[in-house]
Amino acid sequence: MTSAISVSGLVKTFGSTRALDDLNLDVQTGEVHGFLGPNGAGKSTTIRVLLGLLRADSGTARLLGGDPWKDTAALHRRLAYVPGDVNLWPNLTGGEVIDLLGRLRGGLNKQRREELLERFELDPRKKGRTYSKGNRQKVALVAALSSDVELLILDEPTSGLDPLMESVFQACINDERERGRTVLLSSHILAEAEALCDRVSIIRNGHIVETGTLADMRHLTRTSISAELAGPPNGLTSMAGVHDLVAEGNRVRFEVDSDKLDLVLKQLVSTGVRTLTSQPPTLEELFLRHYEDVK
Amino acid sequence: MTGTWQLVRLALRRDRILLPVWVLFLAGVTYSTTTALEELYNTQQSRDLLGATANANSAFLAMLGPLHDWSSLGGLVVWRWGVFSGLFIAIMAMLVVTRHTRAEEEAGRTELVAATVVGRHAPLAAAVIVAGGTSLLIGLLQALALTGKGLAPAGAFAFGLSTASVGLVFTGVSALTAQLSENSRVSNAIAGGFLGVTYLLRAAGDAAGESGPQWLTWFSPIGWTEHVRSFADNRFWVLLLPLAAFVLLVGVSSYIVTRRDVGLGLLPARLGPPHSTISTPFGLAWRLQKGSLIGWSIALFAVGVIYGSVAQAVGQMVQDNPTLGQIVSKIGGADAMVDAFFATVTQLIGLIASIYLVQAILRLRSEETSFRAEPILATPVSRWSWVASHVVFALVGGAVVLAASGLGLGLVYGLQIDDLGTVVPQMLGAALAQLPAAWVIAGVALVLFGLFPQLTGVSWAVVSASLVITLLGPALQLDQWVIDVSPFTHVPKYPDITFGPLAWLTVVAVVLLAAGFAGFRRRDLTT
Repeated sequence: MTSAISVSGLVKTFGSTRALDDLNLDVQTGEVHGFLGPNGAGKSTTIRVLLGLLRADSGTARLLGGDPWKDTAALHRRLAYVPGDVNLWPNLTGGEVIDLLGRLRGGLNKQRREELLERFELDPRKKGRTYSKGNRQKVALVAALSSDVELLILDEPTSGLDPLMESVFQACINDERERGRTVLLSSHILAEAEALCDRVSIIRNGHIVETGTLADMRHLTRTSISAELAGPPNGLTSMAGVHDLVAEGNRVRFEVDSDKLDLVLKQLVSTGVRTLTSQPPTLEELFLRHYEDVK
Repeated sequence: MTGTWQLVRLALRRDRILLPVWVLFLAGVTYSTTTALEELYNTQQSRDLLGATANANSAFLAMLGPLHDWSSLGGLVVWRWGVFSGLFIAIMAMLVVTRHTRAEEEAGRTELVAATVVGRHAPLAAAVIVAGGTSLLIGLLQALALTGKGLAPAGAFAFGLSTASVGLVFTGVSALTAQLSENSRVSNAIAGGFLGVTYLLRAAGDAAGESGPQWLTWFSPIGWTEHVRSFADNRFWVLLLPLAAFVLLVGVSSYIVTRRDVGLGLLPARLGPPHSTISTPFGLAWRLQKGSLIGWSIALFAVGVIYGSVAQAVGQMVQDNPTLGQIVSKIGGADAMVDAFFATVTQLIGLIASIYLVQAILRLRSEETSFRAEPILATPVSRWSWVASHVVFALVGGAVVLAASGLGLGLVYGLQIDDLGTVVPQMLGAALAQLPAAWVIAGVALVLFGLFPQLTGVSWAVVSASLVITLLGPALQLDQWVIDVSPFTHVPKYPDITFGPLAWLTVVAVVLLAAGFAGFRRRDLTT
């Protein structure tokens, strides 16, 4: 696999604020890569550097094999971008903006354009100033998704969409994956990333703190277990890898490091198990852990 | 009206630099104009001569209005500065009102505010209080500046209140235009167009003289200030007209506020085409800039027509008036008088056109700050071609609007003296000779945009400075080096148009534009 985006040691400062601090990011060709972090963590700044809109202070960034600052026009022919803040020209209609952006990018697929307008239930005849935030985002999404490009860079593209449209969006991204396109999806909606992404990178204060597949990440974290046992939960307290144990009679609730799961389950079975529920860690928990640990 | 005072405080906080600059500028120029005129016309003889020429010269009449009282220093100040003072305060009121009403609404911030404990009328009321209050403060300080120079208090206050009255009328006009369109740019354009008409109505009425349609001035808020005849007759009752207009306009506006939805205008939004044929950055820029280009071309053509129609009267007057004829013959006769008139008029047109050029350049910045540049620059469009697509409108569009005014001047004057073939090319040349100087101003704006994007707004200060230096510089007795700062100082005067100065002004403009381009290609996009 080759890298569609490869960034190392990226630094970008605005005055005294260090927006990106030694950021490393790797997006493989053909994957949907989640770029997760709360507002102000540096997601949009990273994307703007990748688009050649901002110039990095130091570090290297490669995009589709080129330099995003120097080879701007050539690279932009091969990608489509949906900004986080979509602002349209007040006197241009949505349809006009879609066609304009598509043409500037070197052409768009007319059939897909019509298909997407229908799926997103967007009226292309309305003027830019009359669209709501969600509809402005749909305009940018339709423009990006109906272009024949290798890479989609989406900056919080669904922050204004309702749940119905969110699911349309997810279906569209799955289609793109099947077409073999690479997607960088910045988001703070974890359910979305969980549903769509092959791999995710978590950014915090301009630095990537975790990157990998969700399975990889779960491996490094804890599963929560709650069980009703046949007898008192002897021995659990002293076991390595068990955390936050709460025992009430024969009922127990605790969290266990994923690599100790096997041993702990054996211990439970030796006591006798009546009921057992086990929950894999949600992305949200992963996320919160990263943010809380450091506080 | 609940919450009005909080909104007033918010507006004052946001405009804490802008408003004091306006106030000090308009009061300060009043003071310095008085000082300058005091030295310039220090004998009764010089004042009498001025009185005789000023009211006989249609160019002066059209530009400054009649000189009612040349026996007092106050009368001279009113004549030299009154009309411009009115124009400037009208622009202030217009910008302030639109900024705090329609622009806020367009940005969606009114919605944020409207959801709190704030009455429906509060945003409009706050804007009217701020703009109207600033107008009154300016008028008061102007009056104090004049009395400070030892002039008669009655005349001083008549003058100050006259200026303030124009501010009040245009507070009302903008309050109304802000209700009409959903777009603040359109609101300002309508109000600005009305200001242009206001100026031209009185220009035409004043220049027409006794025999012509002098009554036109009664339809212009700036004309009203002339009818107050400050220092001559101090007709305070005339000020009831602007006061009534202010009350009426604000009343109608607040009625409309109760009838419309937040965010929408009175002019309905229509559906548009679902497809577009625009496929280049220039196509987009054309779409965004054509309205302004066409509007400015029409407006400057109209300016040309009006001044052109006055030109013949300038020559005529000299022939009718033997005394004046003698004076004028010393400086070259009636033809020289007409030439001087065209020299003044084309310079004025050049200055007005530079506003258009700067506006065309600043579109780049507003596209950038509103995040609309970002999606365009994320396509294969290079920064160079994006900037060029708008700069073309300043460079070529500037030529178009100047040519429109030259055509207006030439057609009308040519028809009058029955010599279209000679006059039209002459006037086109005289108007287009202003272009390199206007390009220099545009160049400064692009340098600011490319190298100091946060300071792009300073471009307006550059335009204002050129206006003040060129129009008032001699009267203010500014040092020559200050006068030389304005590129329009260096434009050769009609009819002696030489190419040397035009060539080096063009070179300066090219260097500035190149620096602006280079700066933007190297910098981050910022908001």
